[in-house]
Amino acid sequence: MATSKIDDPRVIEFDVRTDEMLINMGPQHPSTHGVLRLVLRSDGEVVSDVEPHLGYLHRCAEKIGENLTARQWIPYTDRMDYLAAMNMNLGWSLVIEKLIEYDLPERGRHLRVIISEMGRIASHLVAMGTYGLDLGSFTPFLYGFRERERILNLFEEVCGARLTYSYLTPGGATADLPSGWTDKCREFLTQFKEVIPELHTLLTTNSIFVSRTAGIGVMSARMAIDYGCTGPVLRGSGVYHDLRFHGEERYTEMYDGYVFDVICADPETGKYPESNYEFHGDKLDYPEIPRQAILGDCWHRFYVRMLEVVQSVRLIEQAIEKYEATSGDWGKPIKLIQKLPAKEAYMETEAPRGQMGFYVVGNGDSIPWRVRARSSSFCNLSVTAPLCQGILLADIPAIVGSLDVVMGEIDR
Amino acid sequence: MSEIPLVSELREKFGEGIIDVNLEAIDEWVEVNPSVLVEVSQYLKEAEGFRFDMCNSITVVDYLETDPKKAAKVDWEPHMEVVYHLSSIATKLTLVLKVKIPRWKNDVEGELPTVPSVAGVWATADWHEREAFDLSGVNFLGHPHLKRILCPDDWEGYPLRKDYEMPLEYHGIRGR
Repeated sequence: MATSKIDDPRVIEFDVRTDEMLINMGPQHPSTHGVLRLVLRSDGEVVSDVEPHLGYLHRCAEKIGENLTARQWIPYTDRMDYLAAMNMNLGWSLVIEKLIEYDLPERGRHLRVIISEMGRIASHLVAMGTYGLDLGSFTPFLYGFRERERILNLFEEVCGARLTYSYLTPGGATADLPSGWTDKCREFLTQFKEVIPELHTLLTTNSIFVSRTAGIGVMSARMAIDYGCTGPVLRGSGVYHDLRFHGEERYTEMYDGYVFDVICADPETGKYPESNYEFHGDKLDYPEIPRQAILGDCWHRFYVRMLEVVQSVRLIEQAIEKYEATSGDWGKPIKLIQKLPAKEAYMETEAPRGQMGFYVVGNGDSIPWRVRARSSSFCNLSVTAPLCQGILLADIPAIVGSLDVVMGEIDR
Repeated sequence: MSEIPLVSELREKFGEGIIDVNLEAIDEWVEVNPSVLVEVSQYLKEAEGFRFDMCNSITVVDYLETDPKKAAKVDWEPHMEVVYHLSSIATKLTLVLKVKIPRWKNDVEGELPTVPSVAGVWATADWHEREAFDLSGVNFLGHPHLKRILCPDDWEGYPLRKDYEMPLEYHGIRGR
């Protein structure tokens, strides 16, 4: 058989037959953030299909909720998004308060703003650190955890726990902030504000990081809404929606009188809100958007989180002042066997990872008839499959990491 | 009360398909007939002025009192409710849709009750319906690949049903 002469050596490559391969990624893979298992169908380096398998951390939280009273279920909410347990406590507390029509005293509302925004910073620091880790950079993880430790120390002083707090409860909080705590918190903020530019230099403007994330995993606003993405994932696609502004009144009234920005690029101009961040008395602009970045890509999702941290700092500063200016009760926890009326209530709050919703159906008993947790990470993760089609294998950690999922919340 | 124009429009458009409306509830809800669920959802998603573009959650609530003493007191027959929490990013409205279904199809135990799938309307409903199927045992007709999502594929029973009993053993692991 005569073989024809090949002029172009590259042609050989197209003549090589390759087979499709099924690759199992996880559940122990470090970049799957816990116990997520992805089954990839790939042809060489190109992934044609991704199927997430969940449930490795399923602990029947909803079933357990049908056997416990509202306050007893608080520790189970801690274990959902364990990186932002305070925000989970808040979501459940608010929905119970909505069901029993309880109004929190003003001091308690400011306390909750301080605590939940501190939780948001702590959570975004992990998100930043582990994202660096996913992309092969170890340093940001240590820097992020150094700051997170300081927040955890403050939380420990408030409630005695460092990870699963059970601090905010229906009715308020288990205790008031200890005396002198707000000064320590202020001290932390002053110190933390100096670190923020440092964190930005580590990743945001790092050229390796930019080339790994910019233009990768681009998600249109329409797709983000259709798949139920919320939080920084949704705002990273240029959708102006933050429940702290647009949520239910019971939740937004917590933020009444506070000044802060929703971090989201204008889809027309691609510009983020003006920086209001001060560094040693000078106004410091946010790092510039690299020209490779496209609205809705991994880099933008990361950037939104980084800028949200600054807004949280602003919110805490205001909240401490308001908290100190109000006196009186911070809100006592409801009774352990508080009866729940035969009604139902659903409510969502803006947790660090997106909109965390709780649904509770009462039947006149103290044990709810049905509880349900709508997880933000669950919906954010559902977008992986369409987002990962036709990309390179090495980009999968970049995309999954940019969604910042916590498996405890997905599997519940 | 902002939902009143919505309700009158729904009634006008779907007539008998809208079974019940409760505007006094903490979250106002509309109960629809399963046969028009997909049409109602499509309409709610696209209707000017409402645009419920986000399906926040799908929950199945099992109404079955297993305690015979308490069962005599309740004012409902055993049934299941599929609850859809919708919201809109464009208009910031929220709405709850409900569909009432029997606990078993044709009251034959083991035959899953059916509800049309809305995964074609909101892509996010895909996973929510899989979860509802997995934990509560509702068959969503027209779902692209209805299978268990949180429990293993070979798990038996539907844990969030009120009469569920933990299996005695699963692959050699003691259950209870």
